[in-house]
Amino acid sequence: MLFSSMKDSRDVCCVLCGAAGLGIQTVEDMLAGIIADEGFSVFGSREYMSRVRGGNNSTELRIASEPVDALIDRIDILVALSRKVRRNILERISADTVIFGDREELKGELEDLGASFVDIPLSSMAKEAGGRIYSNSIAAGVLLGVLGLGTKGAEDFYRKRFAGKDEVVASNIGAVTRGYELGLSMAGEGGVLKGRPRNPKGRKAIINGSDAVSLGAMAAGCNFVTAYPMSPATGVLSFFAKHAEKAGAVVEQVEDELAAMNMAVGAAYAGARPLVTTSGGGFALMAEGLSLAGVMEAPVVVHLSQRPGPATGMATRTEQADLDLALYSGHGEFPRALYAPGTMESAFRLTQEAFEIALKYQTPAIVLTDQYFMNAFYNLDADGLEWLDEPPSVRETEEDYRRYEDTPDGCSPFGVPGWGKGIVGADSHEHDEVGHVYEDFDLRTRMQDKRMRKLAGMTDRALPPVLVGPESFSNLVICWGSTLPIVREALGRLGRDDTALLAFEQVWPLAPSAEGILYRRGGGEQHRPVRRAASKNLRRGGGPHSAEIQRIAVLGGRGH
Amino acid sequence: MDPMAFDLPGIDLSWCPGCGDFKILDSIKKALAELGLGPLDVVMVSGIGQAAKTPHYMKAHFFNGLHGRALSNATAIKAANPALEVIAVGGDGDMYGEGGNHFTHTIRRNPGITNLVFNNMVYGLTKGQASPTSPRGFRTSVQVDGVHAQPFNPLAAALVQGATFVARAFAGNGDQTKEIIKRAVRHKGYALVDIFQPCVSFNSVNTYKWFMDNTYPLEDHDEEDFGKAMELALLQEGPFPLGVIYRKEGVPVFEETLAAYRKDDRPLFRREAPRKAVKELLASLAG
Repeated sequence: MLFSSMKDSRDVCCVLCGAAGLGIQTVEDMLAGIIADEGFSVFGSREYMSRVRGGNNSTELRIASEPVDALIDRIDILVALSRKVRRNILERISADTVIFGDREELKGELEDLGASFVDIPLSSMAKEAGGRIYSNSIAAGVLLGVLGLGTKGAEDFYRKRFAGKDEVVASNIGAVTRGYELGLSMAGEGGVLKGRPRNPKGRKAIINGSDAVSLGAMAAGCNFVTAYPMSPATGVLSFFAKHAEKAGAVVEQVEDELAAMNMAVGAAYAGARPLVTTSGGGFALMAEGLSLAGVMEAPVVVHLSQRPGPATGMATRTEQADLDLALYSGHGEFPRALYAPGTMESAFRLTQEAFEIALKYQTPAIVLTDQYFMNAFYNLDADGLEWLDEPPSVRETEEDYRRYEDTPDGCSPFGVPGWGKGIVGADSHEHDEVGHVYEDFDLRTRMQDKRMRKLAGMTDRALPPVLVGPESFSNLVICWGSTLPIVREALGRLGRDDTALLAFEQVWPLAPSAEGILYRRGGGEQHRPVRRAASKNLRRGGGPHSAEIQRIAVLGGRGH
Repeated sequence: MDPMAFDLPGIDLSWCPGCGDFKILDSIKKALAELGLGPLDVVMVSGIGQAAKTPHYMKAHFFNGLHGRALSNATAIKAANPALEVIAVGGDGDMYGEGGNHFTHTIRRNPGITNLVFNNMVYGLTKGQASPTSPRGFRTSVQVDGVHAQPFNPLAAALVQGATFVARAFAGNGDQTKEIIKRAVRHKGYALVDIFQPCVSFNSVNTYKWFMDNTYPLEDHDEEDFGKAMELALLQEGPFPLGVIYRKEGVPVFEETLAAYRKDDRPLFRREAPRKAVKELLASLAG
């Protein structure tokens, strides 16, 4: 019987796939909103090809009563809008999967996979509703019917999105209703979500990685964003561009990443709180500017959203392979902080942390994300988000102001040009306390020591990794960044009482407590554990990990 | 204001005796003083090269960044605090070579900054290699058979990109250079002043005498005539005109177009974190 495997499962996983340009994203936005409004939890993840039209892209919507925050491979319901479904989807289809597709459109595709195939005449239904462009709304309706979520949410969505275009609204509502009736007739009264507990309030905010980083930056007072568009980091640029006036932020798309970074350093010198957003290739171009921020002691925050390399790699795919790049980028030696949020909540929190640390220690901070994280979303309770203190106001300088005054903790009083009686200087050369270039071995030693001394304070403040599971573990799984919820869920499924997870959300400098945990059980590999974990990346195909993860890399024996 | 207000005592200048840069520095100080500006009003921004050392040789706010990036730094400083008078200085290699892409796009952006380029047609700091403006056939320790590439034409390039103020000066004419710099600083928008500057150590072709013999002061010239400006800019051989070659008023200035200043005229460093905006955005994400 159709959907029988879903009646008692913890969650229902729906996947929509089809060519770029068919409006899958619109359906995803709409369904996620409706699911959250109906009191369920929803997790979404999108994978797409680097093309504007054609190909075959997909989006996953995972629905449950309890919060869900990780990708799974299992597909319960697949809606295929067009042919040439790709292997990464086909491999996830099982005998329990229910596939919806237009036999005429798919020409027999997906019918011989051992799964239940349900023919829905999307094309002809769409034509009846007003044209082929409504096939995505028919599909959305089918899903709403199968899930038993009603059509009111969809009607509201279309009225809002196409306000003023009554005909378009009516056609979409017509299409969604046709699909809904069909879906409902197949799933039976109430749909497959019937009887599941709902959470009527809370968890209403649907936030993706891009939103979480952007909002965290804004909350920290970020008011200067420069970037050259590059997937998957562009979302943060667009977010700030859209809300520039509201945020009081200067936002500029620049000619190249060199300009982006050098503008950020210039802005920081003048007292702005700048952010650059880029991916590995663009960040590589920023390396000299990062070093400049180091020697100028400029508080610059970098959002580095990873995708597979080397070089152009795979523009719209995901990988965690730029940790070394982030950790070692920039010539010479200077302190930096690296953050890699695993959840939307911590992306909001850690992006603020990056600004706070960059400002306090006057040195660059980097927030590492990836394509998977940027495009993944789930609903959360916005009232539960954590806010750090507002940035301190800039003090006026005195006549004898020295921008690089040598202090015990290495942090000099921060002044800006045009505020006070002092001259404010900054120099890319080694310089004296005022900031003028001066070649002297003793001065050099003193200034380099001053800058590096800041690392001690940064280490004291470093956030410890998250330990999930028994403290008396004999196996320790290490991960960093966006894989946190995935590995957490995978280990939960495994249910072993001897295995714990250590997830790093601050990857540099490491909190002293992290060294302690690793030394205790690490089998002699306590140095740069995260880096070593990164070099053991098991997923190289460009796709994300899922909670059904089967293999982990063994870094060391079970030393005690 | 007294030009001596910009003097920085006790500095060890690394320019060669007789270098044209001394004269330009003098013209800058005088120009700023005559405009009523003081050291706290001005940010001198530079990259790398002999000319780029200028910010270390006068009293004013200074930002000496990376090779080629001064225009990016300067644009950002102006955008972060439009009240500051921002002057980007550098040589021909710094501004037209390493920073060529920023030169092009800064002109397009039209920020309210002044760009002074000390053009000596040779690399001084790295000891005598060809620069983007070296003439064809110019022999150096690297261009051993003479420069093969066409020299970069900064004035024509700036005009083509829509620069709103394009001028040429000669370091040897201190007073005229000062007057041009004053007008460049006052100009609303990006102002380029390409300043012919003799390099006494590495350029034995373009000497003080050569520049005097091959330049003339521009008189009775319609500065708003783009066609005429282009004609003058395209001159391949001397004599080269000195003065404001082109000027266009009323073109939108970068920092004035920014949404950041639409409802708030405070410089960025005076702004609080927009917590209310973040809360509103979070609410909007909750549907």
